[in-house]
Amino acid sequence: MKPRHKRLAFIVAGLAALAIAAALVLNAFRSNLVFFYTPTQVANGEAPKNTSFRIGGLVEQGSLKREENSLDVHFAVTDTAKRMEVVYSGILPDLFKEGKGVVAQGKLGEDGIFRADNVLAKHDENYMPPEAAEALKQAGALNEKTGKSLVTPQSEKQ
Amino acid sequence: MIPELGHFALILALLLSAVQAGFSLTGAARANPVWMSAGLSAARGQFVFTGIAFLCLGYAFYANDFSVLYVASNSNSALPLQYRLAAIWGGHEGSMLLWTTTLALWTVAVTVFSRHLPEVFRARLLGTMGLISIGFLAFILFSSNPFDRLIPAALDGRDLNPLLQDAGMVYHPPVLYMGYVGFSVAFGFAIAALLGGELTPEWARWTRTWTTVAWMFLTVGIAFGSKWAYYELGWGGWWFWDAVENASFMPWLVGTALIHSLAVTEKRDAFKLWTVLLAIFAFSLSLLGTFLVRSGVLTSVHAFATDPRRGLFILVFLGLVVGGALTLFAFRAPRVGLGGKFGMVSRESFLLTNNVILIAAAGAVMLGTLYPLFLDALGMGKISVGPPYFDTVFVPVMMPAIFLMGLAIFARWKNADLPALAIRLKWAFAVSVVTALLLPLVMGKWTPLVALGLLMALWIITTALISLSDRLKKRETGWLRSIIGLPSAYQGMIVAHLGVAVFIVGVTMVKGYEVEQDMRMSPGDTVQVGGYDFKFDGISELPGPNYTAALGHFSVTRNGKPVAEMKPEKRMYTVQTMPMTEAAISPGLFHDLYLSLGEPVSDKAWAVRIYIKPFVQWIWFGCLMMAAGGLLALLDPRYRRRNKAQEGDAA
Repeated sequence: MKPRHKRLAFIVAGLAALAIAAALVLNAFRSNLVFFYTPTQVANGEAPKNTSFRIGGLVEQGSLKREENSLDVHFAVTDTAKRMEVVYSGILPDLFKEGKGVVAQGKLGEDGIFRADNVLAKHDENYMPPEAAEALKQAGALNEKTGKSLVTPQSEKQ
Repeated sequence: MIPELGHFALILALLLSAVQAGFSLTGAARANPVWMSAGLSAARGQFVFTGIAFLCLGYAFYANDFSVLYVASNSNSALPLQYRLAAIWGGHEGSMLLWTTTLALWTVAVTVFSRHLPEVFRARLLGTMGLISIGFLAFILFSSNPFDRLIPAALDGRDLNPLLQDAGMVYHPPVLYMGYVGFSVAFGFAIAALLGGELTPEWARWTRTWTTVAWMFLTVGIAFGSKWAYYELGWGGWWFWDAVENASFMPWLVGTALIHSLAVTEKRDAFKLWTVLLAIFAFSLSLLGTFLVRSGVLTSVHAFATDPRRGLFILVFLGLVVGGALTLFAFRAPRVGLGGKFGMVSRESFLLTNNVILIAAAGAVMLGTLYPLFLDALGMGKISVGPPYFDTVFVPVMMPAIFLMGLAIFARWKNADLPALAIRLKWAFAVSVVTALLLPLVMGKWTPLVALGLLMALWIITTALISLSDRLKKRETGWLRSIIGLPSAYQGMIVAHLGVAVFIVGVTMVKGYEVEQDMRMSPGDTVQVGGYDFKFDGISELPGPNYTAALGHFSVTRNGKPVAEMKPEKRMYTVQTMPMTEAAISPGLFHDLYLSLGEPVSDKAWAVRIYIKPFVQWIWFGCLMMAAGGLLALLDPRYRRRNKAQEGDAA
């Protein structure tokens, strides 16, 4: 082979390697996307069966129940229009609370109960997970008062 | 009074940065030494006034001045002093001020340590950095002023987010910012070279020092952040592929490519344009990281404020910087020239391939980070890209890079002989493969991923050892003395590469052999996890300065012998009524025991999480080794001698 052909072969090999890499990356990307659905969308049957997805909303007041002898917890996620039963086994995040925003990732069971393998809450008191806020907004019920006032009022302190 | 002084100092700093940029750049264009030295003095003045502003904000936190809105939002009189001071960068405004202060610090460092640079070149460098300062100071003054008053003053503050009340908050952000912002110097060097239309090996040598320092800070900063997440978040993860982590990791990948590419530019006068492009990208990604973290498009502990105006400002600024730099590049690139030629198989080609791989990896990370944001911005639905994507993509992409890492230290510049390389390294390869196949069997469970990870680590170690022993063949003194006598640039390279191996071992072992168990435990219960018996002795109350905690008592034994007493906490922070988990960790060279309290699940019983994390400390130790390698490389005499130093022979 002449040097020029050799160089051409190298370039072609390099491009082929790059193309394969890109194909692998995109394939991994496509199969690992996690979509988000609101409880209303799930109730309308828009959510996929047998694939993992995320739901978000508020933890319904009074819905949190623990099993006696295991770490299984049951709660309901609501976007104020529709509610959805969730079961999760494990330790809930520190900021998981009834009436507060939550996002859960998992699969929808045949019985219509969402089996979460991951539960995310927010990072501080004032902040609502964007997916949860979106779910409430779509249900047309986003309460504007998501956060407390910034500074402790003086009267409260005394 | 003090906050107004700080505000005023910031305004002066903005004016001075305008003087710095204007006088330096026009002075350089007209070759006017008086103007250029005026630019230099303005740069120093800008540092003084930015520093004053920073100290003023610090004083407001120190003195609990709750008439300053930012202080009232991020501090509290019950907050311990070290966290009150760390709270300076606990919110959006203050961390932007930290960014600018860090930039001023780098600028003043350039004015002090650049006497050897040609005057015109230095003026262009300072001018470019001045332009960046203008952007950030204007951003702070017009949209995120930390000195805004709150009238009437609050009686007490809203407190710092409890997640941030940790020693990690004191050192993680400043160190990380030193790294992020440090790439602005490399960027300045690149722009100055483009403006001058000249790119010499000396240029690469100057740039290398600064880039390596910034890269070291970034490496250590990321490692600190990872360690902090590990012990603070309570679920024992050390890397989550969270968008904010990715924002710091992308500049690191490109920065790593840059320091290697600079080596080639210095040694062989090649890769010139590529190096310039990398310098531009590294800093652009730092800016992109700032945009992602600070604009509120991402939500995490790091994102403070959701103010679209701020995001827009940073985005426009980012566009100007990247667009301006690339336009300049397009016009000036032909003048700089491509540089030295090299063969298809040579150290240059290996380094180039690795550069491309690092960029590809950064690109894959970027795709996973930005794509969900684009979809969301276009209203096409909310998706998330989880850790599985990054795990499946990152490992195969980096594998060839690790393989070439071993080859490249042996390959000769310009033209290397592939068969000769193969003969020289066949034993290293054989030893690595056999050990990697057998070692997991000894550990008790053989999985392909563990074997693969070990293979990569062992390959780096064996090739480094062979290279070292080659160097020591001609030794006349003892082993240790000859190792110390090697050029420190070479020592640095070996230490940094071994750091990568140590890091890979840590990651592989944690992924492969960690044991994780969540369970319900009442006082008196004992569970066995990974050969250790964990006995729950009970819970006691522990009052803290601004929280109350439930303190768990666990005694750990192995075969009846006591191993550790572990005391995890569940804290309730009083101001924000926010619960926080403080894990108990018993660290070790070969594994950590990790225990954290969930919540009380009945009157007596608690949810308890127990992990055994093999080799997890190696992850951070590996990062520190990489940074130490950078430090060693900097000690090489040729960076300090101003006259034409004799070249060390390592890259």
